Amino acid sequence: MAETLNVAMVDYDAGNTLSVRRALEKVGAVVDLTPDPDVVGRADAVVLPGVGAFGDCMRKLRERGMDEACLEAYRSGTPFLGVCIALQVLFERSAESPGVEGLGILPGGVARFASNGLKVPHMGWNELALARSHPVLDGLDGEAFYFVHSYYPEPDEPSDVLGTSEYGVRFCAAAGRENLIAVQFHAEKSSRAGLKLYENFLSWARRS
Amino acid sequence: MGLKVRIIPCLDVDAGRVVKGTQFKDLRDAGDPVELAALYDREGADEIVFYDITASHEARNTATALARRAAEEVFIPYTIGGGVRTVEDMRDMLRAGADKVSINSAAVKTPDLIDGGAERFGSQCVVLSVDVKRRAPGAKAGWEVYLNGGRLNTEMDAVEWLVEGERRGAGEFVLNSMDSDGMETGYDLELISEVAEKTSVPIIASGGAGSPEHMIAAVNAGAGAVLAASIFHFGEWSIREVKEHMMQAGVPVRMTDPTTGVR
Repeated sequence: MAETLNVAMVDYDAGNTLSVRRALEKVGAVVDLTPDPDVVGRADAVVLPGVGAFGDCMRKLRERGMDEACLEAYRSGTPFLGVCIALQVLFERSAESPGVEGLGILPGGVARFASNGLKVPHMGWNELALARSHPVLDGLDGEAFYFVHSYYPEPDEPSDVLGTSEYGVRFCAAAGRENLIAVQFHAEKSSRAGLKLYENFLSWARRS
Repeated sequence: MGLKVRIIPCLDVDAGRVVKGTQFKDLRDAGDPVELAALYDREGADEIVFYDITASHEARNTATALARRAAEEVFIPYTIGGGVRTVEDMRDMLRAGADKVSINSAAVKTPDLIDGGAERFGSQCVVLSVDVKRRAPGAKAGWEVYLNGGRLNTEMDAVEWLVEGERRGAGEFVLNSMDSDGMETGYDLELISEVAEKTSVPIIASGGAGSPEHMIAAVNAGAGAVLAASIFHFGEWSIREVKEHMMQAGVPVRMTDPTTGVR
């Protein structure tokens, strides 16, 4: 694989993609923000960004054939990073959008924070505790990251949980298996700890 | 465990330049808001607020351009204030990379801007900022809302306005006390606790910070974040020093290593 990594960032009208792109570029990636599923299929690594609602996100992915492109990238072993709502859509379903199927790569659903005394959305800096070691999260145990979300995944398979945070409840903040990893927080807004995560992802992708 | 208290440097920007001079020696251009914000990011700031005070019809364009440039160098959340008149303006600034948009006079003139922004982009993107002054002694107690940088008294009750702002969907408040602004004598703690009691929106205390103790007092009064300008710009306190004081006082803050940026 070439030293310069060609990262396809999935363009599906997902809101603020600019900061994810800038963070990847900052740590040396060549980023192709693409609406073309074929480009995603050819990339060295795939990043799925996104803000917004679960159902809306899945609809936009499907309209563009990007749901299949993401599944195919995962199956073919391409290093894959999901950020924010992209963590949630890896699961099968969400309380946010009943009846809408997620990508279903990871078994489980997505729940809403109970608002007993706590403000929802969970917004601000919170600490990540690693559940197990992972090359992309290397050196980041105990670091604070920036979160903005009202829902969180509940994986059926404990080994899919890579890291957790606490907000009234201890919740899954990073999950993945094989060539796939996704984080709930905005690494691109998490200062140098966040940039380190993107850097780790690129190193991991280069070694894959 | 839970959320960290945020330390937020605020930069006033006029036609693309930081207004108040700064004393940082290691900056190539201390007047460049993006370079200064990137420095604060490296020093451990948790968020940045840019207030574009460009006094012309160009304000909207300069603020959007600033948001876009900041996206290249600033990797913490940032808010753009100034130049926002419509929901479309908000959309442009968020698309340009801003995480939140702060509205002040425009929200008083057109309160529906709060509802519109919250519906379209989510409450977390809509920061309602107010400039307030205490009522004169002898009158009934409380604070009044001022507009246009403090030149115009609306005679609106500040707390009532913020309660309405929460109902309309504001995700966060900046409480700027004009009585203490620039005095470095401490935030208006009564204002903070009054608003904290009447609403449940996160409060950013602003106006009057002169020391870490002032910031600790604001947090104890109910603020979830503290905003300051001159205390940082003139190098009286670094963000790291402020955070060390706060940590010692038991306030949860995000600590970073001064060399690597990772703890």
